[in-house]
Amino acid sequence: MMSHEELEQTTAKVQQEQRAAGDRINVCVAAGCLSLHSDAVQKSLTDEAKKSGARCSVRGVGCMGLCSAGPVVSHEPAQAVAAEDKTTAQPTRLYGGVQPGHAAKIVASLNQEPVRELAIDTAMPFFAKQTKIVLENSGSINPESIEEYIAAGGYRALLRALHEMTPAEVVQEISASGLRGRGGAGYPTGLKWATVARAAGATKYVICNADEGDPGAFMDRSVLESDPHRVLEGMILAAYAVGASQGYIYLRAEYPLAVQRLGVAIREAKRMGLLGAEIAGTRMSLHLEIRLGAGAFVCGEETALIASIEGRRGTPQPRPPYPAESGLWNSPTLINNVETYANVSPILARGSAWYAAQGTAKSKGTKVFALSGKARNTGLIEVPMGMTLREIIFDIGGGVPAGHTFKAVQTGGPSGGCIPESLLDIPVDYDSLMQAGSIMGSGGMIVMDDSSCMVSVARFFMEFCMSESCGKCVPCRAGTAQMHGLLTRITEGVATHRDLDLLVRLCEMVGATSLCGLGQTAPNPVLSTLRYFKNEYLAHIEDKHCPAGVCECATTPAEVNA
Amino acid sequence: MSAAPGAKTFVIDGVDASATPGQTILSAAREHNIFIPTLCHLEGLGDVGACRLCLVEVKGARRLLPACTTRVDEGMEVTTNSPRLADYRQMTMQLLFAERNHVCSVCVANNHCEMQSMATTLGMTHVEVPYRFPALTVDASHERFTLDHNRCILCTRCVRVCSEIEGAHTWDVMGRGIQSKVITDLDQPWGTSETCTSCGKCVQVCPTGALFQKNRTGERRGKDPSFLPYLRTMREEL
Amino acid sequence: MVNMARPSLPSEDKRWRIVQGTMRKHGYSRNALIETLHTVQQSFGFLDKDAIRFVASSLRVPPSQAYGVATFYHLFQLRPPGKHTCQVCLGTACFINGAERLMKHAEKSLGIQAGETTPDGEVSLLAVRCVGSCSFAPVMIFDEKTHSYAKSETLDEQLQAWRQP
Repeated sequence: MMSHEELEQTTAKVQQEQRAAGDRINVCVAAGCLSLHSDAVQKSLTDEAKKSGARCSVRGVGCMGLCSAGPVVSHEPAQAVAAEDKTTAQPTRLYGGVQPGHAAKIVASLNQEPVRELAIDTAMPFFAKQTKIVLENSGSINPESIEEYIAAGGYRALLRALHEMTPAEVVQEISASGLRGRGGAGYPTGLKWATVARAAGATKYVICNADEGDPGAFMDRSVLESDPHRVLEGMILAAYAVGASQGYIYLRAEYPLAVQRLGVAIREAKRMGLLGAEIAGTRMSLHLEIRLGAGAFVCGEETALIASIEGRRGTPQPRPPYPAESGLWNSPTLINNVETYANVSPILARGSAWYAAQGTAKSKGTKVFALSGKARNTGLIEVPMGMTLREIIFDIGGGVPAGHTFKAVQTGGPSGGCIPESLLDIPVDYDSLMQAGSIMGSGGMIVMDDSSCMVSVARFFMEFCMSESCGKCVPCRAGTAQMHGLLTRITEGVATHRDLDLLVRLCEMVGATSLCGLGQTAPNPVLSTLRYFKNEYLAHIEDKHCPAGVCECATTPAEVNA
Repeated sequence: MSAAPGAKTFVIDGVDASATPGQTILSAAREHNIFIPTLCHLEGLGDVGACRLCLVEVKGARRLLPACTTRVDEGMEVTTNSPRLADYRQMTMQLLFAERNHVCSVCVANNHCEMQSMATTLGMTHVEVPYRFPALTVDASHERFTLDHNRCILCTRCVRVCSEIEGAHTWDVMGRGIQSKVITDLDQPWGTSETCTSCGKCVQVCPTGALFQKNRTGERRGKDPSFLPYLRTMREEL
Repeated sequence: MVNMARPSLPSEDKRWRIVQGTMRKHGYSRNALIETLHTVQQSFGFLDKDAIRFVASSLRVPPSQAYGVATFYHLFQLRPPGKHTCQVCLGTACFINGAERLMKHAEKSLGIQAGETTPDGEVSLLAVRCVGSCSFAPVMIFDEKTHSYAKSETLDEQLQAWRQP
C-alpha cells in the first residue's frame, strides 16, 4: 500500500538521484519533434555525453510547446535541478532546430556559454504569456517514470482525497472550481459528476474520452504522451467521487506512442498500489482498461463512444437517457475528456478557490490549444481563459508570416467557425466564442491568412463531416452530402444564387434536426464563413473567381477582368 | 374517466391530454388521434429516432425532440406542427428522394409505398435538392424476395425486425454516412445467407420498394406489418 | 445452418493463436469484437471475410453485425495493403498548406484514388486526419517515416526510390 510517507520517500530518492546526475539535457520525443527525428538527436546526445564523460543525463521528455522550432532540446543546469526555489535558479536553456550533428556543441557548452546559433529566447511572449496547469510537467518529466511524476507533486491530491475527504466533498471542490468540460461543449464538470454520483446503480463506470478527432488538434495526444499519470490521477479521483470501480480510456489507435505510454503508466500505478484493488490501502478500487478507437470522429459523441466500447457500430442514440443515468451497459457512466481529467488533481491539490480565481466569470482556469496554420510560432500552448484571440495569435503566435495579412482564425474544428480580424479582441471563453459563431471546441486553433479561401475551408470541413457522418439520421447523412455538393459547385465557379439560398436553408435544417452533435454543428463552418466572408462566396458565384486564388473556378481571373 | 395511477397530464397542440408512465409523445399523440409523421418508427419494433420526421417542439426544450423516443413528462407542452416543422419535414423528404433513385412511376411499390404517401401527406410537390443518382445494385438471388438498394431509405426496420422479432439478425448496416447500405450476413447475396430463415418479416415491414416479394403484382403488392404488435406481446409474455 | 460450436482455427497459421488470445483475454465476450478485429489487422495487415466470419462466430456475434462494425471504422482495411503505404495528412493545418493538391498529385501519379492500392500491389494511398505534426504542414508519411513540409517532388522522389530494385 502507498502512503504519504512513501510518496515523500520516493520524491526524496528521485531528487537525490537527479542531483547526483548533474546537468539535465531533455530532448522532446513527443509526436511533433519525433516526426523531425528527434530520436536520432537523443541518441547522438547520449553518445556524446558518454564519450565526453560530462556529469549530465540525457532524457527523452514530452512536448515543450514550441513545435515550430523543433526538434527542441532543453538544458537544465545542475544547480537549477537541485534548487528549491526555481525562480532564482540559473534559467533553463532552450534550443531549437537541433540536429544530431549539434550534440557535441551542446554537451561541450554545459558549464560554458549557451550555444548561440540554436538558442531560443525563453523570455519571448510565446513562453511569457502562457500559464501552465495542465502542461506544467510536460517537457520536464520523463513520461514513463511514475517516480518523476510523484517527485513533481503527483498523487498527493489522490491520497489526501481518499484519506481525508468524502466523495461528496470531492464533487463539491470540482463544482466550486467552475471547471467545465474541455471536450468542447463546456458542460459544468461538477454538475456532471454530481449527477453520476447521485444516480442509482450498484455498478458505475468512468470513461476518458481520448478519441481526439478534430483534424487540427493534438492536445490530448500531447498530454497523454507527456504526462499520462496526471490523467490517471484525475480519473481515479473522479471514480472515487462518483463511486465507480471500473473505467475505460477510449484512445485513438492512430496514437501508438500515447497507447504505449498510457499502458506503462497503468502498469506502474498498479505496481505502486495507486490503481487496482484497495488503492492506497483504502476500500476504493478502480480497474482501468484501454480501448482503442478505430477511426470514427463521431465516437467523440458520448453515446456513440459507449456503443464503440461495447463493440458495436459507433452510432449515437437519442438522449435522454443521458449516460450519467444510463450509459455503458445501461449503468451510470461518467465521460470526461483528457484535458478535463488533467485539471482535476491540480484543483484538489491547490483548492477550488485558487482555480476559480483564474479565467473569466463563466470560464475558469486555462485552456490548451494546438496553435497551427499561418502563424510564426506554432505548437502547443496553454493560456488563461479570457485572453484575447489577438494576444494569442499576435503575441504568442508572433502573427502571420511576412508579406501576408491575417484573414481568420478557426476554432472548434468541424463544429466550429472562422473568426475575422474585427473580432480578435473578444476574450477566449466558451460564451464569447459561441456568440462569435464559433465554439471553444477541444482546442484546435488554426490561423489563416490571405492565401486561404474561406469557401474552400468551409467545403473542407463539410467533406470531413460527410465522411464522418455515421449515416443513422437522414439530415446528417443526406444533408451533409448535399451541402458538400453545393459547396463544391461554388468552389468550381458553377453555382447560382439559388444554390446559395438552398445551402443556407439546408444549414438551418440540418443544424436543427440532426440526431447528435456532429450533424447539429456541421453547418457551423459554412454559417460562420457566410457571416463574415460572404463576399468570397459572391465572388465565386457572380465573378466565377476565387479571391485567394485557391479554387480552380470555371474561368480565370484574367477572363473576368477582360 | 379517471386517470390511471401515475398518469402524466400534458398539453399537446393546445389540448389537455394524459399519458401512462413511460409512454412516448408519439404513442400518447396517436391515442389522442393527433397525427405525427414517421417513417423509421413501426409499432412493435424498438425506436431509433433516425428519420427525424417526428420531431416536435417542446416548450422549454433547447432543441426539437423526436416524439418516438421522448417520454411524456408531467406538464409538458408539445406542439406537433408549425410552419418551421412543416418546412423541415418537407426538406427531410426531399433529402430522402434525392439520396437514391426514387422514381415512383417505375417502382414496384408505386401506390403501396409509405414514403410516397408520406410525401403526399406532407405536401411535398417537388424536389429542390439535386438528385444524387448513385449507382446501386439489385439483389434478386433469394428465391422469394428481392432487395433493391435504389429504393432503400435506411430506416433499419428490416434490421430491427430480423434481430428483435425473428432473432436471426441476418440484416445489418455496413459502411457509414452516405455510403451506408443494408446487408445480409457478410455483404453476400441474400440467397446465399446462412442465417436467413426466409420468414419474410423484413419484406412486410419495409416501407418502400426496397424489399419486395417476387411475382407479386397489382393490388397484391401491398405489405402488412400488422403481425408485429401481436408477436411482440406474445414474446414478452413467454 | 450456422454451426453454434466455437469454430476451429481457419488455418495452421500461428497468427490465429494471437487472435484467439485476445478473445480469450476478454472471455469471448461479444463486446470484444472491435478489440479482436484490431488484433486481426495487426497480425494479418487487413480483415478478410474469413477472418471476420471466424471472429464473429467465436464471439457469437451475428455475421452481419460483425461486418457492419468492420466497415464502419475507417481504420479497418478489408483489402490487403500494398507493399508500401503513402499517407497524406488531410488535417486542417495541412489542408490550408496545400495538402489537397498533394493528394491530387499522388492520385494522379499512382493512378488510384485515396484508399486504394496500385494494381501491382506496390503502393497503398491513404488519407489521414491530423498526425499532430501541424507545425510542419503539409505532412506525408511514407511507410513509417514522416516527411515535413512535403511537396509534390517529395512524393516523386519517394516513388522513384521505391521503384528502384
